[in-house]
Amino acid sequence: MPVIEVTHLKKRYGDLVAVDDVSLSVEAGEIFGVLGPNGAGKTTTVECVAGLRVPDGGGVSVLGLDPRRDAAQLRQRVGVQLQESQLPDRLRVAEALELYASFYRNPADPAELIDKLGLGEKRNTAYKKLSGGQKQRLSIALALVGNPEIAILDELTTGLDPQARRDTWGLIEQVRDSGVTIVLVTHFMEEAERLCDRVAVIDRGRVVALDSPAGLVSTVAPEQRIRFRPSAPVDDRLLTDLPEVSAVQRTGSQVVVTGTGELLHAVTSVLARHQIVAADLRLEQSTLDDAFVELTGHRPAN
Amino acid sequence: MHAFRNILRTEARLYLRDLPTLLTTIGLPTVILVVLGLIPSLRKPDPTFDGQTFVSYFAPSLLVVTLAMVGVNILPAVLATYRERGVLRRLATTPAHPAALLAAQLVLALAGILASALLLIVVARLAFGVPLPRHPLGFTLAFILGTAALLSLGLLVAAVARTTKAAQALAVPLFLVTMFFGGVYLPRFLLPDFVARIGDYTPPGVQALLDAWTGTPPQPLHLGIMAVIAVAAGAGAAKLFRWE
Repeated sequence: MPVIEVTHLKKRYGDLVAVDDVSLSVEAGEIFGVLGPNGAGKTTTVECVAGLRVPDGGGVSVLGLDPRRDAAQLRQRVGVQLQESQLPDRLRVAEALELYASFYRNPADPAELIDKLGLGEKRNTAYKKLSGGQKQRLSIALALVGNPEIAILDELTTGLDPQARRDTWGLIEQVRDSGVTIVLVTHFMEEAERLCDRVAVIDRGRVVALDSPAGLVSTVAPEQRIRFRPSAPVDDRLLTDLPEVSAVQRTGSQVVVTGTGELLHAVTSVLARHQIVAADLRLEQSTLDDAFVELTGHRPAN
Repeated sequence: MHAFRNILRTEARLYLRDLPTLLTTIGLPTVILVVLGLIPSLRKPDPTFDGQTFVSYFAPSLLVVTLAMVGVNILPAVLATYRERGVLRRLATTPAHPAALLAAQLVLALAGILASALLLIVVARLAFGVPLPRHPLGFTLAFILGTAALLSLGLLVAAVARTTKAAQALAVPLFLVTMFFGGVYLPRFLLPDFVARIGDYTPPGVQALLDAWTGTPPQPLHLGIMAVIAVAAGAGAAKLFRWE
């Protein structure tokens, strides 16, 4: 049962078509990634889902409700973390959470949330004095303080250092484990690969692919590469005869085999049958990065 | 209402946290009054001012100081900053409407203006024998309409300015004009007559305040103009205000 359904969404700003035709559905309890180059229409799409923008065409349904008509109900049940939303400089962490908690009918306990997000020592610190990572965690806390069924998080870890980014990922997994459906807008492939159950890749206002990260990689960029040093000479034909293998190259003592499917299994089996040991064996698979480039023609931001 | 009350309490706390700015805003007119009042010749009745002292004559202009600071300076700056930094937008995703934050800012602006005016009137009365406004009803009316006109102009600035910088670029000239025509920089009797007459009709309408303070009912035209400015600027602000 999908909790979010977007069908043929369209949104224009003047002459600029931000979203041309986006359809997707998000299942309860999953982490759903929305990927795409800058300006592809990711943010506009989730803003229509969050009821912050009125679509020019197509339909959006969230928890069976209409984000515009049933806005009051949905604001109680959907938490949103927007890109570049700040707080007043002098507002303290605990004050912000207590204030936002007071807007909801069944809020989470602000004190508990502060501890869970590792802001316990900062509860009386003014917003201005928080580090980037702490501000980001507070922002996530504010999106969660209403005990939402769905959390929409836009550019969650942009501007964070690698450690803070990993901490934030751990946190998102915890949130999902507590039963919240998460929609994650990102342009970090590593983030999507680590967190998302499924991703939609949006380019120029359209969905160009929708699958699990691993599924995307294997359909869009299925090529794999194995490197090893054989313990005895290997006849190339031994390898090229395998249906999984597409090419064999040699660089010095190293053999490089390219192919698809169960390549590793096929190669190691044939070597074992001929009592050849593959030393320094390495398998190189395509990543979501490669799939992204393949799909959009853009290098993902890093 | 519940959300509004909590937002109001939080915003009030934020103002109190910036005590120096708060004290300056509320206390500056009274400080100027005290400095002028310490000069003996300004405490003597003078025929230039229909037999009043200069301090009495100048007090309504001092009211303009806080009105201008709060109405056209602080209010638009705070609202433009909140919009630029996405505070209003974040609030729009919660069950609280960002209008609650705007309303809270207006209430606090009014509270500051009122506190400043009361302090000025009481200190003027106790320390320098400036009589309390002699036409209380007219004075209250002139004060309310003048305040409403300036706050509406402030909201209009906040509505049309896209950024904090743009808000300041609009607010500073408006502030200077308000102060100038209000007779703060140069007492009005030193201004050319036509400039002083223009000042009768620019918010907050210092002539109506002076009339009511000294016992003459304020002229309906003076009050009417303030009401028109308040309604027109307020309606413009409501139409043009963008939450993001």
